[in-house]
Amino acid sequence: MVEALQFEFMRNAMAAGLLASVICGIMGTLVVVNRIVFLSGGIAHAAYGGIGMAFYFGWPYLASTLGFSLGAAMVMAAVTLNAKHRADTIIGVIWALGMACGIILIDLSPGYNVDLMSYLFGSILTVPDADLWIMVAMGLFIVGLVAVYYKDLLALSYDEEFARIRGVPVTALYFLLIGMLAVTVVMVIQVVGLILVIALLTIPPFIMEKYARSMLQMMIGSSVLGVLFTIVGLWISYAFDLTSGASIIMVAGIFFFLNLLVERLIPDRRKSATSLIPE
Amino acid sequence: MHLNDIEMCDPIIQIADLDFAYHGQSVLQDVNLEVLEGDFIAMIGPNGGGKTTLLKLMLGLLKPDRGRIRVMGKPATSVSHHIGYVPQDVHINRRFPITALDVVLMGKLAPGKRWSKNAEQDRRDALEALDRIDMADYTHRRIGELSGGQRQRVFIARALVTRPRLLLLDEPTASIDSKGQTDFYLLLKRLNREVTIVVVSHDLLVISTYVKSVACVNRRLHYHHQAEITGDMLETMYPCTVEEACPVELVTHGHLPHRVLKHHKE
Repeated sequence: MVEALQFEFMRNAMAAGLLASVICGIMGTLVVVNRIVFLSGGIAHAAYGGIGMAFYFGWPYLASTLGFSLGAAMVMAAVTLNAKHRADTIIGVIWALGMACGIILIDLSPGYNVDLMSYLFGSILTVPDADLWIMVAMGLFIVGLVAVYYKDLLALSYDEEFARIRGVPVTALYFLLIGMLAVTVVMVIQVVGLILVIALLTIPPFIMEKYARSMLQMMIGSSVLGVLFTIVGLWISYAFDLTSGASIIMVAGIFFFLNLLVERLIPDRRKSATSLIPE
Repeated sequence: MHLNDIEMCDPIIQIADLDFAYHGQSVLQDVNLEVLEGDFIAMIGPNGGGKTTLLKLMLGLLKPDRGRIRVMGKPATSVSHHIGYVPQDVHINRRFPITALDVVLMGKLAPGKRWSKNAEQDRRDALEALDRIDMADYTHRRIGELSGGQRQRVFIARALVTRPRLLLLDEPTASIDSKGQTDFYLLLKRLNREVTIVVVSHDLLVISTYVKSVACVNRRLHYHHQAEITGDMLETMYPCTVEEACPVELVTHGHLPHRVLKHHKE
């Protein structure tokens, strides 16, 4: 591994993976406790429509993708707030439509066609320095927002109705949360690909949810787990010449199932301790 | 309505000619109610009868289509953060990574108070609230590790931490066994010395011993004062029903303090 880091592209890949892990650890915690994994998937896929528009209309790539996914995300957030029982269906429709729209627009664009595979699995081995700086800025931005609104986000995530009564601006905060998620997803997809974003958003927070005693612990733990998966995954990818994004996901997936297995085999001590205490 | 209780003085909730419809379907109609300070009122009625809706109107989470609702003399929406609220347990994620103490601290949130200047004071208040409901030993437990009854106590502590004058509870005993329910209502009775309590329930146990008055809610509302509940104690069970009201069944082997409500006069 150390020798691999002599190469600049490996160092950049490592830095990109670590930054993505931290950003996804924080946002993924919010995604998992708010049960909006499906919505995140919807945003990530619908974003492809924005890429299509950038190519077809010749708009600037980042602005077009960001604008399109923010728009789609806001619609999804509004539907989730106002018609909860219909939300998953509508998200599914936007998910599919955005993706189809992107593919057709790219079909219609003359000349160079963007590779769908690189959108799905990213190109972590060819991350330019500029993208790293964008990720650093975004990471700081997200950490800042979450720090300022931590208590309100906690109340919103735990018990929305109670939060409303305590005067937390629930609706505005929910749109802010979904907006942050859209920005995160679009920026990180650029670097590591859609599939890895979904994996990093869900797997580390899911594992940490069982052990953390606070949302903050869950965010930190998820980030650390993500970093671990990234390092091991990249090393395997280097050593065995495998696709990097997929290797990281495989490591995360194996850890996920091992963790489930261990949970099953070892009786939950905390649970049995509680049941022994008389009420 | 008899006003024979000394501790009852001002109406803390005033509802006049209230209508509420949900998606064009009338849920509450022509509701009038005055809850006096110090009351312990149970709202009973069938599922879908509008009990929870009425509670949410009192909290200002919903707005009435017609009529007036005032809490502590002000419109419900403007004082909701002065009300202690204990929501239905079923809506809350039990796997959420949060300790009992942090749940209670959530009650310390207030409008426009982003950076709490007295975090230490908040913490002391939260610890005191937990102590008040005999949950001090569970302060640092994860909420998911607690039993249903313990969890409800934590939610009460969260509601009490701001020392509200009014406590609203939505089916608080739904996930508690019957021994736990008895303890729970004893706790409410104790709290009622200082706080006015409105509890939604479809559980007759509540009425039998602990509450001071009963409101039957089934689109319309019928209020029964304490004197009326105790008055007919020896008669066998009458559900508090006219043709449209709460179809309540009571099964018992005797020796229970039966309380029977008069027929609604209409």
